[in-house]
Amino acid sequence: MTALAWVGASLVALGVPFFLLGTLGLLRFPDVFTRLHALAKADNVGLGLVCFGLGLHSGSLAHALKLALIWLLMVIASAVGAGLVARAAIARGVKPWGV
Amino acid sequence: MMAWAITAFDALLVALLLWLAWQAIHADGLFRAVISFMVFGLLMAVAWVRLDAPDVALAEAAIGAGVTGALLLSALGRLPERDKEAPADRRARGLAAVGLAALALGGATALATIAWALPAPGLGREVTEALPKSGVDNPVTAVLLNIRAFDTLLEIGVLLLAVIATWALGPMQWSAPARVMSPALPVLGRLLFPMFVLVSAYVLWRGGHAPGGAFPAGALMGAGGVLVFFAGAKPWITGAELDPWRWLLSLGLVAMLVAAVGVGATGRSFFEYPVDLAGLFILALEVAAALSIAILLFALCLGGRPPHRWGSEDEA
Repeated sequence: MTALAWVGASLVALGVPFFLLGTLGLLRFPDVFTRLHALAKADNVGLGLVCFGLGLHSGSLAHALKLALIWLLMVIASAVGAGLVARAAIARGVKPWGV
Repeated sequence: MMAWAITAFDALLVALLLWLAWQAIHADGLFRAVISFMVFGLLMAVAWVRLDAPDVALAEAAIGAGVTGALLLSALGRLPERDKEAPADRRARGLAAVGLAALALGGATALATIAWALPAPGLGREVTEALPKSGVDNPVTAVLLNIRAFDTLLEIGVLLLAVIATWALGPMQWSAPARVMSPALPVLGRLLFPMFVLVSAYVLWRGGHAPGGAFPAGALMGAGGVLVFFAGAKPWITGAELDPWRWLLSLGLVAMLVAAVGVGATGRSFFEYPVDLAGLFILALEVAAALSIAILLFALCLGGRPPHRWGSEDEA
């Protein structure tokens, strides 16, 4: 493997713990708001690192740009989705944990 | 090492698919079942990728997880509250479930053993031989729109029939103006819709030489339309009899029928394109089919005949 591929592979490996911890948070956190908080880390940072790593690993600019676009769309969708879920929870009268 | 990891991944994928399929049918509460079904669709797309069938994966992700998920969720939103609750006899069902699962596992193992002994099926060689005359470089598109175009014609026909049946059942339930939870959603719809159009056109164009084509492109475009609709936009299509958008519903079917029968004027048989014009025929049919599929799937998601004019409820 080239140096670029090694850097890419390490970035992917670095991104995986964010997914693991995000899933753990989704399962173990006490209410919907804290769960959303945990999920956002997996969506944004985890996927960002994985996409960035895969882009470097592929060694092709076209592939890297497509992966960057996927990450950008995911960040936007994740932010809007999290906002919608949180607003729906508030509208239903869900109290944040510890308040 | 690598082969071992891939086998483990496949085994995990199969186990997850079976578990999700079980959940989609037997989960407590319809909401869990619908979500399980959507995740099942996504993992099924991964399974198709593992089987080297990216075309099917694209269609499965867009239709199985995306459009069908939206369809089921909007149906769920219209059900009365008590239908969504879990049934009471969970223990009895759990026991029956274990028995059935054991039976299913035994049956599946027996079937797999038999399937293993059968000769490998497939018409891959025949398709590869006919590919130079089909007008496209992608064998899947060649099969869908040339060699077995008749099947595609019937598939689009089934979609059209489904929409006609849905509209015939009655007007859609729609409260104007649609209540939007968050100001971010309409902005997202406006931002993403051009992206949906661009990606659909890209997927459609790729279909000639690589995985892609009319079904994934149409499903993507339809999903984009559904997103914008839920974000509060008013659709173009209406229930009015002279609405020009309604022609788009039948465009795919009509175009395919015209192509199938039209070649008969030059003494050819059903769906026998002239070899030198086959690429052009397929491109035209793909565009027509994709537009039709997009608006058919969108119309299905409305869940009934749309009102004659968007904006007031009483005209529905």
